[in-house]
Amino acid sequence: MHIGKYISLVHRTEIDLVKAFRLVADAHRDEVDVYQICMLLSSWSQSLSDDVQIFAEKYGEENDDEPDRLTQTLLKKARKGGMALLRDLHDLYLIVSEAEVCCAILQQGAAGLRDDALMLTCEEIERQSKRQLSWIYTRMRSAAPQTLIAAG
Amino acid sequence: MQASRDSIIDIWGERSPYRGEWPVRVDQCTSEEPDHWVQSACVLCSNGCGIDIGVKNGRIVGVRGRKEDIVNFGRMGPKGLHGWVANNSKDRLTKPLIRENGKLREAGWDEAMNLIVQRSKEIIEKQTSLGIGFYTSGQLFLEEYYTLGVIGKAGLGTPHMDGNTRLCTATSAAALKASFGSDGQPGSYSDIDTTDCVLHFGHNIASQQTVLWMRILDRLAGPNPPKVVVIDPRETYTAQKATVHLAPKPGTNIPVMNGLLHLIITAGHINRAYIDAHTVGFEELEKIVTEWPPERVEKLSGVPAAKLREAARILGTTRSLVSTVLQGVYQSMQATAAAVQINNLHLVRGLIGSDGCGIYQMNGQPTAQNTRECGADGDLPAFRNWSNKEHVQQLAGLWNVELHKIPHWSPPTHAMQIWRFAEAGSIKMLWISGTNPAVSMPELSRIREILQKEDLFVVAQDAFMTETTKFADVVLPAAIWGEKTGCYTNVDRTVHISHKAVEPPGEARSDFDIFIDYSRRMGFKDKDGADLIKWNTPEEAFEAWKECTRGRPCDYTGMSYSKLTGGSGIQWPCNEKFPEGSHHLYTDGVFNTAADYCETYGHDLDTGAAVTQEEYKAIDPNGKAFLKGSDYIPPHEAPDEEYPLWLTTGRLVYHFHTRTKTGRSKELHEAAPDGYVQISEEDAAKYNIAEGDMIEVASRRGKIVEPAKIGGIGPGIVFVPFHYGYWDNEERPRAANELTITEWDAVSKQPHFKYAAVKISKTGGILDKIGEAIETIKEKFKPGET
Repeated sequence: MHIGKYISLVHRTEIDLVKAFRLVADAHRDEVDVYQICMLLSSWSQSLSDDVQIFAEKYGEENDDEPDRLTQTLLKKARKGGMALLRDLHDLYLIVSEAEVCCAILQQGAAGLRDDALMLTCEEIERQSKRQLSWIYTRMRSAAPQTLIAAG
Repeated sequence: MQASRDSIIDIWGERSPYRGEWPVRVDQCTSEEPDHWVQSACVLCSNGCGIDIGVKNGRIVGVRGRKEDIVNFGRMGPKGLHGWVANNSKDRLTKPLIRENGKLREAGWDEAMNLIVQRSKEIIEKQTSLGIGFYTSGQLFLEEYYTLGVIGKAGLGTPHMDGNTRLCTATSAAALKASFGSDGQPGSYSDIDTTDCVLHFGHNIASQQTVLWMRILDRLAGPNPPKVVVIDPRETYTAQKATVHLAPKPGTNIPVMNGLLHLIITAGHINRAYIDAHTVGFEELEKIVTEWPPERVEKLSGVPAAKLREAARILGTTRSLVSTVLQGVYQSMQATAAAVQINNLHLVRGLIGSDGCGIYQMNGQPTAQNTRECGADGDLPAFRNWSNKEHVQQLAGLWNVELHKIPHWSPPTHAMQIWRFAEAGSIKMLWISGTNPAVSMPELSRIREILQKEDLFVVAQDAFMTETTKFADVVLPAAIWGEKTGCYTNVDRTVHISHKAVEPPGEARSDFDIFIDYSRRMGFKDKDGADLIKWNTPEEAFEAWKECTRGRPCDYTGMSYSKLTGGSGIQWPCNEKFPEGSHHLYTDGVFNTAADYCETYGHDLDTGAAVTQEEYKAIDPNGKAFLKGSDYIPPHEAPDEEYPLWLTTGRLVYHFHTRTKTGRSKELHEAAPDGYVQISEEDAAKYNIAEGDMIEVASRRGKIVEPAKIGGIGPGIVFVPFHYGYWDNEERPRAANELTITEWDAVSKQPHFKYAAVKISKTGGILDKIGEAIETIKEKFKPGET
C-alpha cells in the first residue's frame, strides 16, 4: 500500500505552503492586503497540515527522494517590487495547485479504503485550497495590468 | 441669526409625538429675511432632508426645512441649520492656482486646464491611461458623478476611479450586494413610524443623522414606543435611550452578531417558510454561528452573556424590525461580514420588504449613494456587473464606444489601491475632487508623503484651501451646493433636486462644467467621432442617466427635473410600474441575485476572492437572497505592552468631515472648537489625568496631542474625533488619522479607522516640565554613575 506516499506529499506541501505564504507576506509588506491575507492563508495551511498529521501517524508517511519537487524550485527567496509580486503570487498559485492535485489523488485512496475521517479531511483541504487559489487568482489578475503596462 | 430654536443646545428640538402620522415641524435659520426661497436638500449628512435655501440680493441668507418632504417633514439638524454660512466665507477659492517654483500662483482657467490636459497626454503616451487616477467624493451631484464616470471609463479608459465613499459607505454597498445581489436599501425611513423595534449597530444616529433620530424620539414619545437595541462601545446619546445597550470591545462585532444569531436560531425564533422560499445558505450559516454560545461571546467581546440573551430575545420576538448600521461596523475588522449579519437577521426572521421592516446600511455622505450608482467609485453605472460582459456591452452601446474601451478586466481599482499605485509610482496623476484626504485618510504621514511626491501630478478641485490643496500642483476653484443645479439620493433611495440659488464666487465653476471642459479639451469622442459627452446641462445629463438606469434596480426613468421640483423627494425605483416611486424593495421576496441581473458574483467574506461567472452560474440563486456567515478573525493590531490601549475614532454632532464647511460656522465651531481624547475614569486615575489635561496619544504611525475628556467609555479604550486637522490650527498635531492604520476590509476595501493600538501620556503642562527636569537631574546624579 502506497497511500503513505500521498499522505506525505499532501502533508509536506501544506507545510511548504505555511512557509511560502509567510515568505510572500514578508516580502510584500508594503502591499498591505497581500501581507494580511497571505498570513491568514498561511494559518489555514498550518491547520490543514495538522489535520493530515493524524493520518500520517495512522498510515505512516512514505518519503522518497524527490529533490525536484515543485515546491522546492519555486519561491526560493524573497523578491521585491511589482513584477516580483506578480511572480510570487504566480508561484504560490502553482504550489497550492500541487496541494490540490495531491489531495484529489489521496481522496481517491481514502474512498477505496472507506476511511471516512480521511475523506472529510481531504474535502476540507480541497475546499480551503480552492479558497486559497481563488484569492491568488483574483489578486494576480487585478495586479497584472498595472504591473505589465504602467509600472516603471 | 434668527432661528426656530437654538439647535446647538437643543439638538433635536421639541418632541412632536407620533400618533398615526409624523407631524410637520418647520425648522429655520436665517441671517436676514430672504426675498425668495429655492428648493434644495441638505448636504451635511447622509439623511437627505428636503430644505429650501433663502436668498436675498443674490446671497444665501438662510435655510428652512420643506414641510412636504417625506424625509424630514420640515425638520433640520444643527449642521444643516448653520453649515450654509460657509458658502459666503471670505476665504472661498475664486481663481485656479498653479504651482510654480514650489509655490501656488493664480492662473486663468485656460492655463490651468491646458496644463492638466498636457500632463494627461504625456502620461498616456508613456503609460496609457493606467497612469491616471481619480479620487472623488460623496459631496458632488449625480450629474457630475455620471459625467466623471463616463469620462473615466469611456474617455480615458482607466479603471482607477474611486471616491472617499470608500472610507464611509463602501461596506454598505458590499453588504447589500453580498446578501441581495445588488446595492440599494431595502427599507424606507417611514418604517420607523410603525416598527416595534429598532437596532442600531455601530451607529450613533443621535449625533450623525439628527433628524432621523428625531423620528425615533417622536416614536418613543408616543403610544406603543419601539424597543431600542444599541451595539456601540461608547455610552453615546443613542445608547442612553437604549432598552438594551451592548458595548463590545473593538474588533469583536462578528462574535457579538454570531452570538445573537445563534441564540435566535436555537430559540426557534426564525421564519422557516421564508428561509426556505427566499434564501440560500442557511445550513452553513447555522453551522458557523453554533460555535458562538453567549459565554464565549462574553469572554471575547466583554458583552455580558445575560445582556446578549436579553438583546436576542427582543430581536428574536419582535414582529417588526428596523436596523441601522454605520461606521462602528463599516470601519472595523471584518466589516462586510459583520454588516451582512444584519441582513441575515432580517432574512432568517422574514422581516424585510414590508412596512416597519427596514434595513438601512447607512451612508456617511449626502450623495454617496450616487457615487456608487453612477460609476464614480469602484462600480459600473446603474449597478452593472463588471464581470458580466453583457452588462459592459450595454454601457458600450449606450455611450457608443467599443466594448474594449471600457476597462472591465478586473474590478475597478479601489481608493486604497489607487493611493498605493501613486506611492509605488505607477500612477503619475491623481485628480482629487471634493475631498480632503490629507485629514480623512488613514496614516496621514504616508498620505502627505504621497501627495508631495515629485513624480505625482496632483489636481485638487475644492471650494477652499485645505490640508490637501496645499500639496496640489493645480487647484481648481469649485462651485458648491446652492451654486449649481443637480440631484442626489439619500439612504432610503429618496432622490432630491437642488436648484441653483446663487452664482458661485469669483471664477469658481461647478464640478460638472470642469469635467466637461476636460473632456472637450482632451477630445474624447465616441466611435463615430461625435463628442463622448453628449450633454451640456445638468438636466441633459440627468436625462442621459435615466437611460442608463432603465431596467436596472435603481430605475430613474419615471423621474424628471419638473417632477422632482415643487413637492417631496421621490424614492427609486420610479418608472412606468412605480410612477410615484417605491417605499420598499423586495416586497415579493425576490432579490436581485439572478446571474444575468446581479451586480456582483460575490466574494469570499474572509479573503475577498471574487467568485467567477462560471462558479456563480453553477449555483445561480435566481432571486433568492444569500445567507452568508463568517467566523471570527482577530484584529491585525491589538494592544500590547508598548501600546496598551485601543484607539477608536469617530464623529461629533456639530461637525461634518474635516470641517471645511462646519468649521466656518461660528455657532458650530464654538459648539465644538477642538478635538479631545476621551478616556475612562479608570484610565484617568491610572495615568493621573484630570479633565482638560493635554494628553499625547501615540501609535506606531504617529502621535497627536489633545485635551482629556473623562468618562462615557470603557476602560482600555481611547476615543478621538476625526474632524480636526490643520487649516485653522497648526499649533499641534491633532488629526486622529495621524494614528490610524493603513489596512482595509477584504471585501469592501474600506479602511479600518475603528481600531489601533496606542499609548497615552500627560504632556505639555508646566508641572510636567518641572517633573521632567527633576528626573533628568536625578538621572545625572545616580549613585555609581559619574
